[in-house]
Amino acid sequence: MVRALTGWGRTAPSTARVLTNPTHESIQRAVRAAGERGVIARGLGRSYGDPAQNAGGLVIDMTGLARIHSLDASTGLATVDAGVSLDALMRAALPLGLWVPVLPGTRQVTVGGAIAADIHGKNHHSAGTFGNHVRSLDLVVADGSIITLTPSDELFWATVGGMGLTGIIISATIALTPVESAYFVVDTDRTTNLDELMALLTDGSDDDYDYSAAWFDAMSTGAKLGRAVLTRGSIARADQLPPKLRRNPLAFDAPQLFTAPKALPNGLANKATFMALSEAWYRKAPKSRRGEIQNLTSFYHPLDMIGEWNRAYGPRGFLQYQFVVPFGAEDTFRRIVEQIARSGHVSFLNVLKRFGEASPAPLSFPHPGWTITVDLPIRRGLAEFCDRLDLQVLDAGGRLYLAKESRTSPAALHRMYPRIDEWRKLRATADPAGVFASDLSRRLEL
Amino acid sequence: MIDAVGNPQSLLLLGGTSEIALATAARYAARRPLRVVLAGRPSPRLDKAAARLDRLGATVTPLPFDAADTDTHPATIEKAFADGDIDLTLVAFGLLGDQEKAWTDHAAAVELAQVNYVGAVSVGVLLADALKRQGHGTLVALSSAAAERPRRSNFCYGSTKAGLDSFYTGLTEALRPSGIKVCVIRPGFVHTKMTAGMKPAPLSVTPEQVAEVIMDAVAQNREQAWAPSPLRYIMSALRHVPRPIFRRLPI
Repeated sequence: MVRALTGWGRTAPSTARVLTNPTHESIQRAVRAAGERGVIARGLGRSYGDPAQNAGGLVIDMTGLARIHSLDASTGLATVDAGVSLDALMRAALPLGLWVPVLPGTRQVTVGGAIAADIHGKNHHSAGTFGNHVRSLDLVVADGSIITLTPSDELFWATVGGMGLTGIIISATIALTPVESAYFVVDTDRTTNLDELMALLTDGSDDDYDYSAAWFDAMSTGAKLGRAVLTRGSIARADQLPPKLRRNPLAFDAPQLFTAPKALPNGLANKATFMALSEAWYRKAPKSRRGEIQNLTSFYHPLDMIGEWNRAYGPRGFLQYQFVVPFGAEDTFRRIVEQIARSGHVSFLNVLKRFGEASPAPLSFPHPGWTITVDLPIRRGLAEFCDRLDLQVLDAGGRLYLAKESRTSPAALHRMYPRIDEWRKLRATADPAGVFASDLSRRLEL
Repeated sequence: MIDAVGNPQSLLLLGGTSEIALATAARYAARRPLRVVLAGRPSPRLDKAAARLDRLGATVTPLPFDAADTDTHPATIEKAFADGDIDLTLVAFGLLGDQEKAWTDHAAAVELAQVNYVGAVSVGVLLADALKRQGHGTLVALSSAAAERPRRSNFCYGSTKAGLDSFYTGLTEALRPSGIKVCVIRPGFVHTKMTAGMKPAPLSVTPEQVAEVIMDAVAQNREQAWAPSPLRYIMSALRHVPRPIFRRLPI
């Protein structure tokens, strides 16, 4: 079946043959028969740009390969097919008192995608990336055979963060974290500007929490520049819960309130609506609150309450700009936030976080430093604006996140990832003919 | 691959000496490394165009192409795609001709129709196929404001552009399910060698300004764009002016 595909940002569509409901055998056959335009795996399509597209080639829809093979409460190990979503894994694991160790801003991603993008969550400073919790994975490699990789293999780390370009991940064993509840004990702090926020994040208090991230206002300038709501917490022990919740501490409630309608116009995301939203979001947060019990959805995944929220940006789509700059580049960081606020490009969903240690994977994104994420609707001037941001990120020794990337230049990206040659060598050994290819790999000359 | 904000990595210019096409290529080359297939009749002017893009850092491949000789088109388009994907194609060739000769001289009329309309349809069909095979791509066709309503002064040219315009507008719909984007650009009076010596109409533009409109249309997924954009409203109004008045207008 030939289908037009885009990423979550709904930009740059391309068409490919799509193999649905795959089996190990059909994947192996497809890889062996891949034509000159190659093959790539696709999960739930939550990457913003083009890594899960393969124009004129083959895309394997992995969501049909979604069995949870085993969940062991005593060892905490889960062996699952690559197409299992983190949502499904979470629902299966919670009754056993097990928690998915790394969750991004949505649970609607697959395990295969989580490994390929080496995703991170609000707990990066305490738990690292998803790849840190993978004990082994099964990969269909270029000759169509299935190999099992563990963290002692170089190809394992080239696959973690490798954007699907080393092979098709078909299953993985993940070490889950034991928990007593599905709730968080949350502290909220509202800061009046960016400096106050960064001071709070560096005064040592951040290490008291497993989870920490801030929403910040990317619309206001001047004294209000970067005002933020910082929410930090850890998973609650059963004895921290109020009696009512203590009866069923592992209950998991993830309501989806509604799905965004299919056809929304361009331009809903504008200065007026986003200023108002930002103001409301800021005002509704308490100035300071301690020890509040929140469920996963309200603390972590408010957007999962709205299905297909990306439609709000209209048919022109949007991009997500996420970068990290190392500690010490605070001036650059502040300057970029200021430029975004002044740019006239509008963004409401902005996240700021302090990253912890990096993963051993050469293409893994998170590095010790500051990261922010902004969603920018496609508008005139955005191309040039993002190019200017790239230069500053580069100068500060920072980088962009491939799972979000949809527009940088190959040269810039290669400079941002100094270990890219090491990764390319591993990839060339594993896949000399370039069987695994995507729009992303062609665009960024990976 | 074209990126989320409309930067292509490769261009095919059909009408390699078109000032609009070259201005567009120059602007794209300033943003990202760019491969350009420059298709046109071999001439010193084509060489000069290639040299200019080369100086701007683009990788240029000249490709002999004669818009009037449709029999050669299948092989030519195949060659254009031989070195890799073409992200963005500009159908930018065209003749203006002498407008009085164009409706009184048989050979001149046929040549105009052959190049501007038949040639454009010929490459359009081939490009549609090539782009469907590669699974992505954007096709930009240069129409003209003259396509909107025939005028006594240039109806022969206008009729060829009206034909081209209809064809590529229809192609936009036909290729939509394949994810291939088509955009029809309607410039007004453009200051080029083609119009040198002519009295510029109001709202005239430079090739650079048309290039800007093209890039904007590509970045924002527009299917039709006017250069300059207010021309859209003027032409829309002119369309409804009764003939007795229309023929007296100084346009």
